[in-house]
Amino acid sequence: MLQFSLSKKLLIWGVVLLGFLFALPNGFYSRVEQVNDARAAIEAGQSSEELTVKAADWPSFLPASLVNLGLDLRGGAHLLAEVQVEQVYTARMDSYWPVVRDALREERETIGTIRRADGPDSELRVRISNPENIARAVEVVRGLATPVVSLSGAGANDIDVSSAGDTVIVQLSEAERLATNTRTMDQSLEIIRRRVDEAGTREPTIQRQGEDRILIQVPGVGSAEELKEIIGKTAKLTFHAVEGRTQDAATRVTSRQFLAPSIDEPGVYYALKKTPVISGEHLVDAQPSFDQNNSPAVSFRLNPTGGRIFGEYTANNIGRPFAIVLDNEVVSAPTIQSHIPGGSGIITGNFTVESTTLLSIQLRAGALPAELIYLQEQTVGPDLGQDSIDAGKRACIVAFIAVLVFMVLSYGLFGLFANIALIVNVALIFALLSIIGATLTLPGIAGIVLTIGMAVDANVLVFERIREELKKAKSPVRAIELGYERAFSAIIDANITTLIAAFILLAFGSGPVRGFSITLGLGIITSVFTAIWVTRLLISIWMRSKNPKTIEV
Amino acid sequence: MRLKLVPAETSVDFFKITKATFGASILAMIASIILFFTMGLNYGIDFRGGTTIRTDSTQVVDVAAYRAVLETLELGDISVIEIKDPLRDDLNATQIRFETQEGEEAASVDTVKAVKDALLGIDPNMTFPQTESIGPEVSGELVKSAVIAVLAAVSAVLFYIWLRFEWQFSVGAVAALVHDIVLTIGIFSLLQIKFDLAIIAALLTIVGYSLNDTVVVFDRVRENLRKYKKKLLKDVLNQSINETLSRTVMTSITTLIALISLFVLGGDVIRGFVFAMIWGVIVGTYSSVFVASAILLRLDVKRDWDKTNDGKAGTQFAGIDA
Repeated sequence: MLQFSLSKKLLIWGVVLLGFLFALPNGFYSRVEQVNDARAAIEAGQSSEELTVKAADWPSFLPASLVNLGLDLRGGAHLLAEVQVEQVYTARMDSYWPVVRDALREERETIGTIRRADGPDSELRVRISNPENIARAVEVVRGLATPVVSLSGAGANDIDVSSAGDTVIVQLSEAERLATNTRTMDQSLEIIRRRVDEAGTREPTIQRQGEDRILIQVPGVGSAEELKEIIGKTAKLTFHAVEGRTQDAATRVTSRQFLAPSIDEPGVYYALKKTPVISGEHLVDAQPSFDQNNSPAVSFRLNPTGGRIFGEYTANNIGRPFAIVLDNEVVSAPTIQSHIPGGSGIITGNFTVESTTLLSIQLRAGALPAELIYLQEQTVGPDLGQDSIDAGKRACIVAFIAVLVFMVLSYGLFGLFANIALIVNVALIFALLSIIGATLTLPGIAGIVLTIGMAVDANVLVFERIREELKKAKSPVRAIELGYERAFSAIIDANITTLIAAFILLAFGSGPVRGFSITLGLGIITSVFTAIWVTRLLISIWMRSKNPKTIEV
Repeated sequence: MRLKLVPAETSVDFFKITKATFGASILAMIASIILFFTMGLNYGIDFRGGTTIRTDSTQVVDVAAYRAVLETLELGDISVIEIKDPLRDDLNATQIRFETQEGEEAASVDTVKAVKDALLGIDPNMTFPQTESIGPEVSGELVKSAVIAVLAAVSAVLFYIWLRFEWQFSVGAVAALVHDIVLTIGIFSLLQIKFDLAIIAALLTIVGYSLNDTVVVFDRVRENLRKYKKKLLKDVLNQSINETLSRTVMTSITTLIALISLFVLGGDVIRGFVFAMIWGVIVGTYSSVFVASAILLRLDVKRDWDKTNDGKAGTQFAGIDA
């Protein structure tokens, strides 16, 4: 058992060396971080004297991956948002109505007159006046269905059509809903990413979680409220023709109109034409600027198609008001003074410089397909994070030294071997965390400290066993061999049970719990490696060079 | 000269006082259950939803004044707890918690702002280093996944022990585990320490640690059962515990050294978490001897391992002649 083949020796030393090499950058955290930032900037196409100097601050042959610090350590904001995917179903059904209406109108002879009936938001209900021919109506509407284009939903149609009495009920099919959800989520992710990126924060994490949730973590942002403002509203911009103005929120409007409140004038409502003149898709740029009175405003530019539509509309409607609507609220309703060619314009309103900056970011990034509801949010100030890092470091160092001293006192030279293994162990944990890009959180630090305490367990098991074997008057070499051999099953069983607990934490846990389970799990693997291989190799080398007649453990 | 916490040879009869230790364990468990139902756990917002805000002030904290200004906002149930850290006299921090407001999931920007503004009225220089808000939907899921995690971990580990040992060992390990978890919940109820998601992680670590200890003892029991086929089970158990006693104490102490330094120096944010683990190590070490092994003794174990278990895992050392 104390014989190591050369290849095995090389393997062990190799792992140890790599461990230290990959753990090294974490010892120079802020320096390596700046180097990485500079290198990323150069890769992205920027170049300057300063960047080149910074990028060369860390030797390029050394690994430069760092352990990510969690929000609780670095400070920043965390949001969990739920995308209201059903809103998209509603929008789809609304836009489907004209199609269904036109198709049914051609069958007026058999099914009679039609009109849209009230129903749940995600359904389109159409009532016909000849209920006896409902089957024909259903058939006609079904004929409008198109196959869903997706991998999973092969063969399914995009709508389900059914009937109840005199009413045809149209809704999105299950397959189409899934496909729509995926699209909605992808769009939302993309738009949130653009908005957050535009605000210039570093290393945001924006991920889909589960069916309809998005996790947004941004280090360095002051607070979750700020982050919410950046992500902001749906930012759906549309221009509508104004058909009336009222102070009464209960004013009845025709089915082709809708009532939108004014943002600036409380209690004022505009009756607007439902079909917008232009919507946000035609927008190509938006910038914060100032109007002729020098108050903050947002200037925008439309693409050629949008510019042409807008030009025609303004030419035909001089003297009439039109409304600039943001998320169903009227920002302003100016009167068209003249024909506006070229497709650029300016939105005025009750703005501040900050709000125009945010609004133009949101407009540039495009509208969110659906509203977001925030389920969870967290802000950690950078000072508190730094305090936690400092406290964690102090605790780690004290724990480390105390355990080292205790081991030497208890096991003498063998304790020293165990200590070397412990140092290797901590280096390996950091190396692995850096390589897999795991995130270190405060509970993660606790996991490392716990590992420091528990890592010596495997060595303690072996040493105690060696002591026992020595008592039975075995020769040192034989006692050590037997000690390792017989302690092995206990080491494996004991560590596998803890590893199982760590794995399950990783699978079911969330947030802080995962961070903890990763360091705990890695710590178990590395501690078994160092206890079984590293200390044994050290003991083997020592035994060979000294060849002692008696040993004391 | 070696530091020896446990003499080289011990022959303590651990089962002499079984009645007393069993009695004590059962009493402690009953007390824990009563505490849980009377005082209850001090659930963090992870589990009940709501918002917490950490405040940091330059002035000495007046909890009553904080409470008074917050009550004017009519946010429902509010708690203001001062955060104390014996190592940091200048820390004037509190943790403020309020319920999820009607019609909101996570707290709205306006609610949080209203709270902050109200507090800034007391001390204009106050800072808010941490804000956390969890809606009822997410907290419900967190409770569910936490319970699943604990149950899954316990059953997976028990399955493993059953595979590697015998069912009696598994039952002994379960009993020790339930004992540890119940006592931990008891102490958290008694001391009203915040019980949140991180504590669940600590609980599972306790599960791992307690089993670790139990498994090491059981491993030796298994070995000795094969070696001394005629010896009384009680004597085999006693001998196994005595033989591993030195290791049990050593590992518990190194782990406790690490945990205590974290408890003292690690800052107030994780103190509750570390406390749970310290408690778990102590209770876990006790239970691996006085609960797991004692139950194994009660259940008795079949002795003819080699006949039926040949080739199964765990028998690789059976043939070795000592």
